[in-house]
Amino acid sequence: MTTVTGPATAADEPAAPAPPPPARRAGGRARAALGFAAGAALLFGAAPLVLSDFRLALLAKYLCVAMVAVGIGIAWGRGGMLTLGQGVFFGLGGYAMAMHLKLADAGPGALPDFMQLYGQLDELPWWWRPFASPWFALPATVLLPMVVAFGLGSLVFRRRVRGAYFAILSQALAAAMVILLVGQQGTTGGTNGLTDIQGFFGYDLDDPVNQRTVYFLIAAALLGLLALARQLIHSRYGELLVAVRDGEERVRFLGYDPATVKVVAYVVAAGMAGLAGALFVPAVGIISPALIGIVPSIEFVIGVAVGGRATLLGPVLGAVAVAWARTALSERFPGTWTYLQGLLFVLVVAFLPGGLASLWALRRTRRATPDRPPWWRRVPPARGGRTRTEVPAA
Amino acid sequence: MTVLFGQLFTGVSIGAVLLLVALGLALTFGQMNVINMAHGEFIMAGAYTTYVLQQTITSAGWSLLVALPVAFAVAGALGVLLEVLLIRRLYARPLDTLLVTWGVSLMLQQAARDIFGSPNVQTRAPALLTGNVALPGGITVANNRLFILGLAVAAVVALTLALRLTPLGRRIRAVVQNRDLAAVSGIATARVDRTTFFVGSGLAGVAGVALTLLGPIGPTMGTNLIIDAFLVVVVGGIGQLKGSVIVAFALGVLQATGEYLTTLSVAKVIVFVAIVAFLQWRPQGLFTLRTRSLA
Amino acid sequence: MTDAQNDGLRVRGLRVSFDGFTAVDGVDLDVPAGDLRFLIGPNGAGKTTLVDAVTGLVRATGSVRFGDRELLGRDVHRIARLGVGRTFQTAAVFEELTVAQNLDIAAGAGRSWWTLARRRRRLPDEVVAALDTIGLADRADHLAGTLAHGQKQWLEIGMLLVSDARLLLLDEPVAGMSHDERDATGALLETVSRDRTVVVIEHDMDFLRRFARTVTVLHAGRVLSEGTVAQVQADPRVQEVYLGHPVDAPTEA
Repeated sequence: MTTVTGPATAADEPAAPAPPPPARRAGGRARAALGFAAGAALLFGAAPLVLSDFRLALLAKYLCVAMVAVGIGIAWGRGGMLTLGQGVFFGLGGYAMAMHLKLADAGPGALPDFMQLYGQLDELPWWWRPFASPWFALPATVLLPMVVAFGLGSLVFRRRVRGAYFAILSQALAAAMVILLVGQQGTTGGTNGLTDIQGFFGYDLDDPVNQRTVYFLIAAALLGLLALARQLIHSRYGELLVAVRDGEERVRFLGYDPATVKVVAYVVAAGMAGLAGALFVPAVGIISPALIGIVPSIEFVIGVAVGGRATLLGPVLGAVAVAWARTALSERFPGTWTYLQGLLFVLVVAFLPGGLASLWALRRTRRATPDRPPWWRRVPPARGGRTRTEVPAA
Repeated sequence: MTVLFGQLFTGVSIGAVLLLVALGLALTFGQMNVINMAHGEFIMAGAYTTYVLQQTITSAGWSLLVALPVAFAVAGALGVLLEVLLIRRLYARPLDTLLVTWGVSLMLQQAARDIFGSPNVQTRAPALLTGNVALPGGITVANNRLFILGLAVAAVVALTLALRLTPLGRRIRAVVQNRDLAAVSGIATARVDRTTFFVGSGLAGVAGVALTLLGPIGPTMGTNLIIDAFLVVVVGGIGQLKGSVIVAFALGVLQATGEYLTTLSVAKVIVFVAIVAFLQWRPQGLFTLRTRSLA
Repeated sequence: MTDAQNDGLRVRGLRVSFDGFTAVDGVDLDVPAGDLRFLIGPNGAGKTTLVDAVTGLVRATGSVRFGDRELLGRDVHRIARLGVGRTFQTAAVFEELTVAQNLDIAAGAGRSWWTLARRRRRLPDEVVAALDTIGLADRADHLAGTLAHGQKQWLEIGMLLVSDARLLLLDEPVAGMSHDERDATGALLETVSRDRTVVVIEHDMDFLRRFARTVTVLHAGRVLSEGTVAQVQADPRVQEVYLGHPVDAPTEA
């Protein structure tokens, strides 16, 4: 390493304005801690004080959606995997929790109410049995989705099924799951789902105090997931994930197996959705196919797109905002909301793919690197040159 | 044996519907790598076109015949509108196109609700298509299903011939195979794209007309079909129609057999698992254009 | 890198076909450790396909040995881990990541999950060294997408250096570069090839004359000629495939 080659010419070039010091690291930690403190104050202090019990219950529901959004932000925003089937994982978590709570409501040895109602069964189906134990059911709410995601993810990513193909497959998974649930009415509650959940580990869910506790549980879980997501994004793995998103083949040529990298993000997102589903059940008292099918699955994605898919907080804020707007508007103008929802999707995704967060980021990028064009003015890669899955004929 | 043939025909008939829906997708997805989630709503548009025509043309038979070209034009026009307004701006971002067109599909569904009302509507089928045909061996097949099968086959043949023989078809194939080369060879790729989108969306309209024979028409009728149809294209492989044709019938038969042996819901899961398994073997689909390009 | 003796590339009877078209048709090639070999040949001669085959991107028959290991039949990322790195005709850096992050990723293929799950506290030494070698030290915290074309190519080479590739396969590294950038790249390649083996696909004959230690000419999927620059230039068969002109006539494809 004696000859100085590159630098000679690089220095000869008209140097760009001195690069800004990497401020992102120095103040990052303190800022994050401050942000978390503010978030905690908002969720644990302000919200319960200001909101009525009814509104707080709604917020609890939105925060569950936000948890799913955090996962989608990682898988889609950071990893480029457009997963249109997060409802499946949300549902697995939700059903696992609801099955346990139904069994607990029914009491030892008894069938859940709906099974008695349909009267097809004399005893509990074998696959219901383990859920009687909280030691099985609670881990299952998170692990079951992760296992399914691992199975599907390893199969498809290893075979380099990606992009739109993966999106369609994930959506088909949601469709299949819903049809399966609806079809097995005797054991899954069919279209109705598992409803009328009374108790939560001995606490009566009708009691507003207990509802409030559930809300706190959800808020804490969301903050926990955010902390996890932040660690993931800023870790070396997070950088690697972005690299896989932007150049999967290139990463492969550096000696990594991109499939593994993607599977991890997908599994993490699935676990987050599972936890969200599990906490959704005590908050709302129901889990049903209509809450986890194709439409809710894609609605999870809307919030993420609106907020900013590649950012940490964007998905959360977007998900809460969209869910809130939905409640506020669809109560009064149901038809208008559907138009608005469609329009929102079209406008944000087509013209502001970075979401609302990009408006914020734009201010900062302008300040930071004046020579860098904002992302929407950067020339997109030419189309046509890419094959659909970017795999050469083998 | 009779049962077997009965199931086989059910499967083929499911496959025919899938094929009609998937044919247009194969064209647009195959050529432009565009996932048009609003394709299902173009089907719906075709179906409602039939319904509207029946309000003026009272003869069920004539209205059906008239509906075929009219629905083609209506759905095709919607497709061109979508292509010009949105999709062409998003060619470099196929995943975003998927989301954008899903937003469009939401709006189209709501528009249908506002115009025609939320409850499903029904068209009258021509008398000729309501009965059954008894085939030798004690098998009966429904006339309407037979008609749809015929329509699907006719659509495939017409499309294949058009792609092979007409100058437009040659241009479409050229763009599918190598967009850049086609462009520098003087083919106006933008115009070819638009035409392809017209034809692909128009075929959705035709599928919509066919579906009025099988059941009621409603704002969400398209959503239920569209995912299966996309799966057909994914498994069939893009760039060639024959993949979609084979896979549509194969999935139809698999679905029917699964339904016969288990239940409808389990059959869906079986089909999904079969597709994932198939993609292990052929991740690019059944047939694919061979290229050596690396993105 | 004292085990440089083991880092030679030895290709025997390599054959690649696409749907009946044979792109590489029985190539034998020896690149001794520490060589700076240029691969040239008219368009369609099979240069890139040869590199594709060596790096596992396309399926091939025959034998490709790097050191004492057979490469054919291994996955792309496994071959990369054995120390075979490559670049592409179009610079492929991760534009949304900084220069330092690009290099850090390239340096980390062997990292444990525990390391991956944590933040990078400081740049690894090899990354700092590579930043100097490729002359991008003052750009370390810039997004790679903001680099000039030539700088991206250097970054790519730098990524191969930190990934500890001992065989570098570079596909047209100076295409589209200015004259000064070419000089810098050539000098960089000379430095790099002191302790690594470098194979360069190049059309630029001026660049070749100045920096190539040895040259292999491919034509229609076969090796046409091999030797020093002077030997190859003097070879009548080489002059013939370049349309009867002297070898330096076709400068750019």
